[in-house]
Amino acid sequence: MKDTEGYVTADGRQIGGVLMEMRDITLKFGGVVAINDISFDIREGEIRAIIGPNGAGKSSMLNIISGFYTPSVGEVWYKGSKRPPMKPYEVARQGVARTFQNIALFEGMTVLDNVMTGRLTHMHAGVFSQALWWGKARDEEMENREKVEKVIDFLEIQAIRKTPVGRLPYGLKKRVELARALAAEPSILLLDEPMAGMNVEEKEDMSRFILDVNDEFGTTIALIEHDMGVVMDLSDRVVVMDYGKKIGDGTPDEVRNNQDVIDAYLGVPH
Amino acid sequence: MAYMSEGAEGLRSVPALLQRNATRYADSPAYREKEYGIWQSWTWAETAQEIEALALGLLNLGVNKGDHIAIIGRNRPYLYWSMVAAQSVGAVPVPLYQDAVAEEMEYVLGHCGARFVIAADQEQVDKVIEIQDDLHQFEHMIYVDPRGMRKYDHSRLHEYSHVQNQGRAAYDEYIKELDARRGALGYDDTCVMLYTSGTTGKPKGVVLSNRNIIEAAKSSSEFDSLRQSDSVLAYLPMAWVGDFIFSIGQAYWTGFCVNCPEASSTMYENLHEIGPTYFFAPPRYFEERITALVIRMEDAGRFKKWLFDTFMAHAREVGPKLLDGKPVGFMDRLKYALGEVLIYGPVRNRAGMSRVRVAYTAGEAIGPEIFDFWRALGINLKQLYGQTEASVFITVQPDGEVRSDTVGVPAPGVEIRIGESGEVYYRSPGTFVEYYKNPESTADTKDAEGWVATGDAGFIEEGTGHLRIIDRAKDVGNMADGGLFAPKYVENKLKFYPNILEAVVFGAGRDMCCAFINIDLTAVGNWAERNNIAYASYQELAGHPKVLEMIQGHVEETNASVAEDDMLSGCQVHRFLVLHKELDADDGELTRTRKVRRKIIGEKFEDLVTALYDGSDDVYTETEVTYEDGRKGKITATLKIRDAKVVPVTRAKVAAE
Repeated sequence: MKDTEGYVTADGRQIGGVLMEMRDITLKFGGVVAINDISFDIREGEIRAIIGPNGAGKSSMLNIISGFYTPSVGEVWYKGSKRPPMKPYEVARQGVARTFQNIALFEGMTVLDNVMTGRLTHMHAGVFSQALWWGKARDEEMENREKVEKVIDFLEIQAIRKTPVGRLPYGLKKRVELARALAAEPSILLLDEPMAGMNVEEKEDMSRFILDVNDEFGTTIALIEHDMGVVMDLSDRVVVMDYGKKIGDGTPDEVRNNQDVIDAYLGVPH
Repeated sequence: MAYMSEGAEGLRSVPALLQRNATRYADSPAYREKEYGIWQSWTWAETAQEIEALALGLLNLGVNKGDHIAIIGRNRPYLYWSMVAAQSVGAVPVPLYQDAVAEEMEYVLGHCGARFVIAADQEQVDKVIEIQDDLHQFEHMIYVDPRGMRKYDHSRLHEYSHVQNQGRAAYDEYIKELDARRGALGYDDTCVMLYTSGTTGKPKGVVLSNRNIIEAAKSSSEFDSLRQSDSVLAYLPMAWVGDFIFSIGQAYWTGFCVNCPEASSTMYENLHEIGPTYFFAPPRYFEERITALVIRMEDAGRFKKWLFDTFMAHAREVGPKLLDGKPVGFMDRLKYALGEVLIYGPVRNRAGMSRVRVAYTAGEAIGPEIFDFWRALGINLKQLYGQTEASVFITVQPDGEVRSDTVGVPAPGVEIRIGESGEVYYRSPGTFVEYYKNPESTADTKDAEGWVATGDAGFIEEGTGHLRIIDRAKDVGNMADGGLFAPKYVENKLKFYPNILEAVVFGAGRDMCCAFINIDLTAVGNWAERNNIAYASYQELAGHPKVLEMIQGHVEETNASVAEDDMLSGCQVHRFLVLHKELDADDGELTRTRKVRRKIIGEKFEDLVTALYDGSDDVYTETEVTYEDGRKGKITATLKIRDAKVVPVTRAKVAAE
């Protein structure tokens, strides 16, 4: 790792060295270039936002980080070493957890069970032990349940613990999804449009939770978001993408004053 | 030091009761709280240790005798311990309403001159920080939940557990001082100071002594033969005197267990899990649960619905009689027993009332149907009448003499008389010491002989000796034609309809009565769903012609019932409107205990009151509202005003004297 110094944020938080680095990433689907030679890094403890107009390639970038896509060209460096091509579950085991833009929960299962699935990467008991719920499986489940309960408490969803997810309103589902990702105790948390479709109050709640997660657990967060107000308030550094290219990178203030970014969002006569 | 030998059984303070319980009931649970999905519990011995550690920590922070320590947050063991720890070091605990906005807190904190604040979490800490520059005596704040607090300036902020740890570490240094302060607590020293919400004016700090609290707790515990094995759910605001009496006074006197819910939103579930044996709730709670139950039954299958209706009808007839030990025929008993298995038992269980021996409701009048519903299920629901100044108890209903229209006979040790104006006066060992820093109000309320004016008009029923409350004395007035005007009487009748959440009746000095109505969103929303009425907002539903029609029906039925009362027949509602917003404590329209602030509402909605009386059919209005985060906004609406049928009465002319 070349840079381990980090920096101090405006509100006085110490940000560490580089946790994940994207080097010259290009992603092609046939003839379509979704991501065109992009490099940026995510540092330990920071809230890093990826923004851009529709179709800019933000979700594709998140999918590369989570291992769902393998870049056509370029390398992903994680915790100081180059990451070989991996299956998403292998990436998850390395401490990368995510939420989805269009909620991907098990609708028929309770909130508790859904959040418990977030602990799967930490469970190792065999099929036999699991089926009998005895020995290792039982000890493991108790240990994991304790961790899950802390997350439930943290996100204030105690009242819906036993409610099937399918019966919950949208805003709460989003929170349950965050809970599931958090239950995995990730080193880096990927949030794909955590505020999409929320009302003002729900957005405020979610913002507070994101800040609290970062503050309390020191979790590094990378998020994609459309709501510019939210992004500028929450994040320490912002990457701006447009048509698969990186057009800006820096603190919210720097990005806000970047002419290319303004053009991309407001449009310029061609 | 003659008074030092006083005190019930020689116990002169809550910390003294704690010491007794820690020895006598050492291994019995004193507190439970659900956290991380599990009920965590503390025995009396552990509780005593926790409180001692905190008390030592408070000494370490420099708490002096007579300091005021404000306590803000939802019901948690840690905050109850804070109160007793404060008492242990000779300070005065002042619990505050946790949902109060910063300005309201500023008044109370400034008035009592609190040097220390113990707050539950970041939300409460933020509120105090917002106003701390205006609080000259404020020095240190302690918070329980460290979440989100990392970045705060900790020069005057301390984490609860750290304060306890520092207290434990400084044990040798401070234990002598602590023992001395605990030992010096006298029976007439202040136990707690509670601010009354006040339907008018600024809140007043009611000073209650150890004598007040312990005597009230003792006699009321004996009245209902509360036991050490009882348990209660603590969910009502800690700043309210009832919670202090139930969760501290009676709990420490009898040594029963206080259970704290996981969060306010899980209260129903936690109630079900704990199954308290002694329960207290305001009428609104009992009403809400029935509304929820009835709504569920509307969606149930036909057979189940039939079963429910049939057996509930039977229960209404037989249940209360069984409870009161009156004679009931064999077949009726058999049918009730069958209903017990099929309906009553399960309903009680779902409501978390399976083990309830005694349940109380107070604070407001309860609708007879609601009251009878719970008694029909075999729950010993009773009414009591009280106020902060009396350490709760003025009158209570003894077992076997329970009725919905009276509030019972004087509680043990309480004397009652009715003043010439019809106002109720009482005198008791629980009678408050004074209003803090307010001798004029103290003198206005309490006379030299210790009689306290309740501010309520009522009378003692002949024959039974039960007290009946008519209304707030200052609200009772006359109409233009001289007829008696008692708004609460009419409002209560209106509120007994599940569809009506709140009602405000105007008419003092006028020639007719008019009313504002608030619909109950749960009940009316469900009704709308079943009748295919689409609506997008509260405001739209409240203004829907069909809803107005339904409310009109309720008003007219109420009028018919009011007309039957000779004295109050003039109070029939001639015109009414349904408000476009729910009356809210944040907007100052209700008190924190949800009582209507008549005068403020009258002033705030003056345009609407004018429209009610000038005969117009509709009125355009703009209202400022406060959102939960403190921001203000405006809502506009055009409200329809409806005329309700009234029953013509020929009032017997009062003979000229």
